[in-house]
Amino acid sequence: MDLDPDEIFRDDEDDFDNGFYQEKEATKEFVVYLVDASPKMFTATSKSEDGKDDNHFHIAVSCISQSLKTQIINRSYDEVAVCFFNTREKKNLQDLNGVYVFNVADRDDLDRPTARLIKEFDAIEESFTKEIGSHNGIVSGSRENSLYNAIWVAQALLRKGSAKTADKRILIFTNEDDPFGSIKGATKTDMTRTTLQRAKDAQDLGISIELLPLSPPAEEFDISLFYAELIGLEGDELAQFIPSAGDKLEDMKDQLRKRMYRKRVVRKINFLISNGLSIELNSYALIRPTLPGAIAWLDSVTNRPLKTERSFICEDTGALLKESTKRFQLYKGESIKFSVEELAEIKRVSTGYLRLLGFKPLSCLKDYHNLRPSTFLFPSDEEVIGSTSIFIALHRSMLRLKRFAVAFYGTSARPPLVALVAQEEIIKSGGQVEPPGMHMIYLPYCDDIRDIEELHSDTNFAAPRANEEQIKKAAALMKRVDLKDFSVCQFSNPALQRHYAVLQALALDEDEMPEIKDETAPDEEGMSRPGVVKAVEEFKASVYGENYDEESDLAGNAKASDASKKRKAAAEVAVKECANYDWADLADNGKLKDLTVAELKYYLTANNLPVAGKKEALISRILTHMGK
Amino acid sequence: MARNKEALLLLIDVGPSMHNVVPEIEKVCSMLIEKKLIYNKYDEVGVVLFGTEETKNELTKEVGGYEHVTVLRDIKVVDGDLLEAFQKLPRGTYAGDFLDAIIVGMDILIKKFGTTMKGKKRLCLITNAVCPIKDPFEGTKEDQVTIIAEQMTAQGMRMESVVVRGGLSGDACQGVLDENDRLLNIFSRRTRAKLSYVESPISLLGALRTRNISPVTIFRGDLELSPKMKIKIWVYKKTSEEKFPTLKKYSDKAPPTDKFATHEVKVDYEYKRVEDPGKVVPPEQRIKGYRYGPQVVPISSADWDAVRFKPEKSVKLLGFTDAGNIMRHYYMKDVNIVIAEPGNQRAILAVSALTRAMKEANKVAILRCVWRQGQGNVVVGVLTPNVSDKDNIPDSFYFNVLPFAEDVREFQFPSFNNFPSSCQPNDQQQEAADNFVRMLDLAPSGKAEALQPDLTPNPVLERFYRFLELKSKQPDATVPPLDDTLKKITEPDPELLSQNKGVVEEFHKSFELKENPKMKKSTRRLLREKPSKSPEGEDHALISVQSANPNSNEHTSAAKVENIGDLTPIQDFEAMISRRDSPEWVDKAIKDLSNKIYDLVEDSYEGDNYPKALEYLIALRKGCVVEQEPKQFNEFLRRLCKFCQEKNLNSFCELLASKELTLIPKTEAADSEVTEDEAKDFLVKREPMLE
Repeated sequence: MDLDPDEIFRDDEDDFDNGFYQEKEATKEFVVYLVDASPKMFTATSKSEDGKDDNHFHIAVSCISQSLKTQIINRSYDEVAVCFFNTREKKNLQDLNGVYVFNVADRDDLDRPTARLIKEFDAIEESFTKEIGSHNGIVSGSRENSLYNAIWVAQALLRKGSAKTADKRILIFTNEDDPFGSIKGATKTDMTRTTLQRAKDAQDLGISIELLPLSPPAEEFDISLFYAELIGLEGDELAQFIPSAGDKLEDMKDQLRKRMYRKRVVRKINFLISNGLSIELNSYALIRPTLPGAIAWLDSVTNRPLKTERSFICEDTGALLKESTKRFQLYKGESIKFSVEELAEIKRVSTGYLRLLGFKPLSCLKDYHNLRPSTFLFPSDEEVIGSTSIFIALHRSMLRLKRFAVAFYGTSARPPLVALVAQEEIIKSGGQVEPPGMHMIYLPYCDDIRDIEELHSDTNFAAPRANEEQIKKAAALMKRVDLKDFSVCQFSNPALQRHYAVLQALALDEDEMPEIKDETAPDEEGMSRPGVVKAVEEFKASVYGENYDEESDLAGNAKASDASKKRKAAAEVAVKECANYDWADLADNGKLKDLTVAELKYYLTANNLPVAGKKEALISRILTHMGK
Repeated sequence: MARNKEALLLLIDVGPSMHNVVPEIEKVCSMLIEKKLIYNKYDEVGVVLFGTEETKNELTKEVGGYEHVTVLRDIKVVDGDLLEAFQKLPRGTYAGDFLDAIIVGMDILIKKFGTTMKGKKRLCLITNAVCPIKDPFEGTKEDQVTIIAEQMTAQGMRMESVVVRGGLSGDACQGVLDENDRLLNIFSRRTRAKLSYVESPISLLGALRTRNISPVTIFRGDLELSPKMKIKIWVYKKTSEEKFPTLKKYSDKAPPTDKFATHEVKVDYEYKRVEDPGKVVPPEQRIKGYRYGPQVVPISSADWDAVRFKPEKSVKLLGFTDAGNIMRHYYMKDVNIVIAEPGNQRAILAVSALTRAMKEANKVAILRCVWRQGQGNVVVGVLTPNVSDKDNIPDSFYFNVLPFAEDVREFQFPSFNNFPSSCQPNDQQQEAADNFVRMLDLAPSGKAEALQPDLTPNPVLERFYRFLELKSKQPDATVPPLDDTLKKITEPDPELLSQNKGVVEEFHKSFELKENPKMKKSTRRLLREKPSKSPEGEDHALISVQSANPNSNEHTSAAKVENIGDLTPIQDFEAMISRRDSPEWVDKAIKDLSNKIYDLVEDSYEGDNYPKALEYLIALRKGCVVEQEPKQFNEFLRRLCKFCQEKNLNSFCELLASKELTLIPKTEAADSEVTEDEAKDFLVKREPMLE
């Protein structure tokens, strides 16, 4: 069989340690944000919550600011430049009018984001009018074309690096769908033509140009006027382009944010539906825990990085070994040897495919059938035309029949059974909340499931069950503490926020440590509302009875209290016994070692010290405690 | 180490009706022992068989009765001999009485351990329970079972029953089945017993816990509904991945004579400056540097400790929300289970009230958890009700971790409705898909759900432990292919496919897949088999549905040969040329075999390869006649002869002539442009030219 060897041995996604949780960065991304700074962008569209005028410029800038913060955490090797056009001042290498490249000290114009960039960009709106200024660069009568200039500047910035190893993008934020609308006649045709040519040249160099249109609530951004041609949309693509609609600016912000990220395919998957029928899918990691970045070891004297060298030493002879290709397992008193290839062969129970086994009703997917974050699947017709059509048909059937597919995902590291759950597209206030596709949920095997429920099952009596009244009270409480608009990712991770806030402060040599609001703390104010308090009290009275105090009540906790009583008694004995020895004298004369471990423990217990360890450890602990 | 020591008695039904599943029982028991030999070396295991021809147990000597119960092995520490016993269990000849076996088993445990090892004594019954148990001397069967169950509880024994049913148990009297089910149920009500029914060999492999892991709580404390109300809870892991064992690195440096060699490899780490690789920095001189963009910020652990996020240990309710708000795919990790503090009646009641209210209203609770003091992060997750359906098991919750804002990458995908019409399935296609999804059913009503996670073993681990055992006996054994039972986890059930052959074929026919002509990369394997009209094709399709499996490691399945190998080229060629999934195969087969013939003729030394080449050529000719591809063969033969002429290999052409192997004429294949005479003359005519 001629299988692509890469396909079989590629286990980037499923090897726990290398890759599943950290997306593999095959390519770097170079992005230039081109932000329209024309006066139109500053037109107030609505009042934001804090009473300030909200305008499109603000939205664009805050999106970029947010994206920079995410980027420095997740993809800090990507490089970025921020560039305004339609500005009063100019700052760019080509010295073109109406274009201002924003930057901070110690950084190239297109470079990795730094702590300083983030900090200063956060404050840009305050200084913008003074430092950069807004000025419509395209006016009739002048031959200036700030959009043309901006694309030129962006293209020049992206000259860095080869198109093969880096993904180069220009993202244009604007609310002007017809930039040359105010100009008439030949000048307009000419400007349109040159600008489009400019964009085409950039695209020919492997730079993709994307548009993030903003539009006032009532008007729709008409992409066909000019930009469709600029970004190269045709036919179906044009129909698929999602105009940024939305009544609320907040929604628009969400949508922009989503579109700023390049979708990264984790891998291509062949989905073998039945013998001989196989379609092409792309998998995406939509949900993966973001962890504080990897640490690097430094030399504490010089603060310079260290590299780690690993060497293998034979335990028996002390000889230095090369990386050994043999492994062994002790079994029946013998070591059974395996070659690395054999181990790989054992794990290879199937090759690379996602193989459909059948369908089950959704009720068979239990809440405890989970091990890791899910992976999103979306069809692709890139190699096999017709995949999308089959996928859509199955997707619709599965939704309609409320079924999920069970498949075996034959990757080489830990091939799991997976559940493929069809997800319908959900659109709320104009934006996509859930994309259409299937979520691949990694199922546990029986070896991974534990029978905890039965662990404490009572053999003598039936377990207490709540009665109708108690359930009613619980339901009343539930109604009171209802989170209506809860969305799964509404909280930011306080530990991570704190981590990076501290790092940012240290990176910028700031003295004060920033305070981070923990959004996950319960709403105490809400919980103390009389209605809630009353519901809680009623529920409490109904299940616990009147005048019940959990803290003081140990009756139901006989086992634990027994143990603690025992512990208390032992401590009392120890204190008593401890008084029978002259510890200082014993220590001074080195006689502690003549005592038994039990005797030594009297001292340790009486003084609340740990009692674990060997006799020597106990003695040295006693000596340390006595200060000797 | 012996703290978690377990005493396990396997009670295995080997009566005639069990014979078809005994091989699976042998496997699952072997697995159990293999794991014990690694992880629980001090556990004690005994085996009692029932339904055997003979009778061998102490009770029959002491009090009589208990026929056809054989103690295969008295309870003792696990060893390799026990494993040998499971290589081939004796097949019994009598209908077994499971209650007799249970009593014999209890007797062994009591005699050996008395009242010690409470809770660590386990009886494991594997039976199909199709045969009635004997009537007791007094009282009803129910009374008898109840007394035994109570005795079991008093002795601190647990019982696990695996009852083989469905297609595996054969014909049985429904009345007996019902009675036995009722009796076995008494055990699970009256004592710490688990009862599982299995209907497939895979489930049988999965039904028995093969590795004992004593669960530990990850949290004990209060679930704070509000500052005013708390519920005492314990939290355990419900799922946790059982990893592939980490094998030690092997060093062969020790001399073979050294009996005490550990063969272990120590890994040593050294830290060196990047600028000055000669200098080794001692580990304590290192300091952690945290990356922030291009900068690396050095912070000592003490400093870091002073500034890092330090939440208080607690589990707090944030609120309730509709279950529909929390989609299944947001679950992030392995799952926890939250139970009320055992023995705390009020807590159990409170949990029970909440679970039932949540279930009724289809609500879930959102919690904020810090499991341990000093933990550096908080966890936000969803609590879902787990209402118990057994009287003696309290209600509980499952807890799943949810993502934070930072963990979600919100990509936008095109709406399916915006795809061009060529990507939209039409009504007929949609109907085929509906039928396909409906009929390829793994959980049909009236039958047990297939591939239930709770009963499906990890095929990789199964394979590893079996191979380990094999290697301990034959050090040079190679990894055997996955056996048929385990294959049902990695591949669709052939039975299910053949039952729904029509639906599957209809689905195939409804859709067309094409290779994208713009893509250079070959995607042959993605192309489906074309529906074929000829009866021969039908046969072929059937074979491939049943036996073909393009992913298996072996090439045995003739239908899917993709290359002509060196071992059996003619068979490969024949298999490939008759593949119907793509017309490309015929061309490829002819081309590949032609190349092989060329190579043979060219590499031949004094004609030593000629017989082989001739054999191939005959096969090629035959294939081309069957496939009606005379043109290709004729062209090839002409080229080959010309080639021989040029390379001075005339002897080969002479050989062909002597064997009367020639072009394919019209009479043999209608498409041929060669007349019979031309064919006859082909080599003969050549002779004078060659001279």
